[in-house]
Amino acid sequence: MTDNAPKGEARPVISATASKGRTGAYRRLPMPARYAINAILVLVFLVVGELMIDGGAISRYQSTVLEQVGIYIILAVSLNIATGYLGQLPLGHAGFMSVGGYGCAIFIVRMMETLGVTARDFVTGSPVCGLLFVGGLLVGGLCAAVCGLIIGIPALRLKGDYLAIITLAFSEIIRVVMLNIDSVLGFKLTGGAAGLTGIPGYTSFLNVFVVVAVVCFLIHTMMKSRHGRAILAIRDNEIAAEATGVNTTYYKTLAFVVSAFFAGVAGGLYAGCIGVLQPAVFGFMKSIEILVMVVLGGMGSMLGSVISATFLTILPEALRAFSEYRMIVYAVVLILVMIFRPQGLLGSYDFSLSRVIERVLNHDFPWGKGGTGKGSAPDAADHEPSETTDAEEVSADAGR
Amino acid sequence: MPADKKRRPVLVQVETPNLIPERDLGKMPVLQAEHLGIDFGGLTAVDDFNIAMGRTEISGLIGPNGAGKTTIFNLLTNVYRPTRGTVLLDGYDTAGKSVAEVNHMGIARTFQNIRLFSKMTVEENVLVGFGSQMKTHLFADMLRLPSHWRQEAEFREKARELLDIFDMRRFAETEAGNLPYGAQRRLEILRALATSPKVLLLDEPAAGMNPAETEELMENIQRIRDEFQIAILLIEHDMSLVMGVCEVVGVLDYGRIIAKGTPEEIQNDPKVIEAYLGKQGVK
Repeated sequence: MTDNAPKGEARPVISATASKGRTGAYRRLPMPARYAINAILVLVFLVVGELMIDGGAISRYQSTVLEQVGIYIILAVSLNIATGYLGQLPLGHAGFMSVGGYGCAIFIVRMMETLGVTARDFVTGSPVCGLLFVGGLLVGGLCAAVCGLIIGIPALRLKGDYLAIITLAFSEIIRVVMLNIDSVLGFKLTGGAAGLTGIPGYTSFLNVFVVVAVVCFLIHTMMKSRHGRAILAIRDNEIAAEATGVNTTYYKTLAFVVSAFFAGVAGGLYAGCIGVLQPAVFGFMKSIEILVMVVLGGMGSMLGSVISATFLTILPEALRAFSEYRMIVYAVVLILVMIFRPQGLLGSYDFSLSRVIERVLNHDFPWGKGGTGKGSAPDAADHEPSETTDAEEVSADAGR
Repeated sequence: MPADKKRRPVLVQVETPNLIPERDLGKMPVLQAEHLGIDFGGLTAVDDFNIAMGRTEISGLIGPNGAGKTTIFNLLTNVYRPTRGTVLLDGYDTAGKSVAEVNHMGIARTFQNIRLFSKMTVEENVLVGFGSQMKTHLFADMLRLPSHWRQEAEFREKARELLDIFDMRRFAETEAGNLPYGAQRRLEILRALATSPKVLLLDEPAAGMNPAETEELMENIQRIRDEFQIAILLIEHDMSLVMGVCEVVGVLDYGRIIAKGTPEEIQNDPKVIEAYLGKQGVK
């Protein structure tokens, strides 16, 4: 500890490239290390989860709930692009989810027939099934993205309530189309009100959370690039963004389409998790449910979306024993949060594990700096954040 | 200020009502507006506005409140579509272009009421300005390909160099909304400069600044012109700034240019005094 402080001070003299932060000599983690740390956390989470399922510590029912947690995390994080980052209020996320779900399920079921793969192969696992799974999710995502493009171009000329209404109407149109398209086409495609059955159970804890990690990574990297900055600029001040050369129409549509794409991916996972797709599931309430997750977690905060999606998926399940009261509790939680923290649980704060580690390295703590000072204070402080890091591990790796 | 006066160029009449500094003569004017006008319903907000700006000219637009100064900025940047007239930037017509496209063509502006991306950091604000020069594909950014890193590093360095102009590097990681007022105004100018404009439009850059800050701003405006070799058109109510820094001044009243000339000419023009002080002001 005492060795560290002088070294930290000497650093800027040695390397001229050391970036000048507020404190002058702020030690930073190199980029590869940041990615490695997050990758390791994801791996640890997956391995521990998988071992617990195999070992029977998590029951079949609980692992299904975990899969749904993952699916809702993707939905909330993807809706967060349109609400939190872009600052619009679309209410048709369930529509994109349903398009993705049907797209993915129909693709996989049809391809199974042509490739001669059976539902059992998905349980035992084979390379073809892996390809089918990835292909199915991509097809589902692309179907949803195309819908997002079609609806986004006209809808994004509107703002606020009007955009909400047009997207709401759109998701209702999707629902009605899914319900009736069979009789229009004259052959079986979506199965109508009875639903699309015979979807193999291709969704598992492992692949849901791999997809969650990939989706969170892709959204994070998009937002930390020129595209993401343009989207955030539109949220902060559309007029200024346009005057600064941001093509607002393009970036609004981009955010909307990416949001729809990942909702479609989540829909594909959902189809494999539940095994049956019914249009009635993807009603207005589903969109609201996802929106509530985003608002509760804090618009513009990825970790917030992850935490609230986890919480709001597990809460109704945990309260299943008091099924008469669970919706009341659910509602009360929402009312309390909106009264006491209207900006959402985390506001627009985003958690970065690397930042925490950097702070520890620099002895830069919220309760005061121990940077150059030596003695017991930094020592004692050093252990505390590492505990919180452990506690936040699960959400952190999902968030990166 | 004596140094400025020495530098003040001889003005030449190019094409009647327009004036440009002699040093810019022979080069195509960077910004030209001809007979520009806009009506809002029955109200003519701006009428018959003409300007030809030399490539390195600093000119000012003054006028009483409601004269239509900001409207002219909005017309030049296509925020409003003109009812009449044309705007040529470097010889290219801006008609039918979107606001962002006009910016790409080379007009950047700041706003009277500060419009920063207040939740983003100072550096990110400038990087948004660089956005149209960054070329990585969405997938390259999402997958963090080497091209992404190369470009990010290059433009972050550029952004910090730009921040150095106003000595704002130390604020690079501060949220723009938390900056002090004067720094927010400066950041707006830097963000506009990041789009590598040919013409910079400043809408009341000295609003809310104290005399010392205004003095500093004057130096900075000239420095920006010299360093970037761009034309600057500014709207300002602070006469010390206009008279100190502008080479050509146009006076706007009720949407029409009523006088044009060097600051000295303008100060003594009876029509200008009348517009500001009413008929009795003219003796």
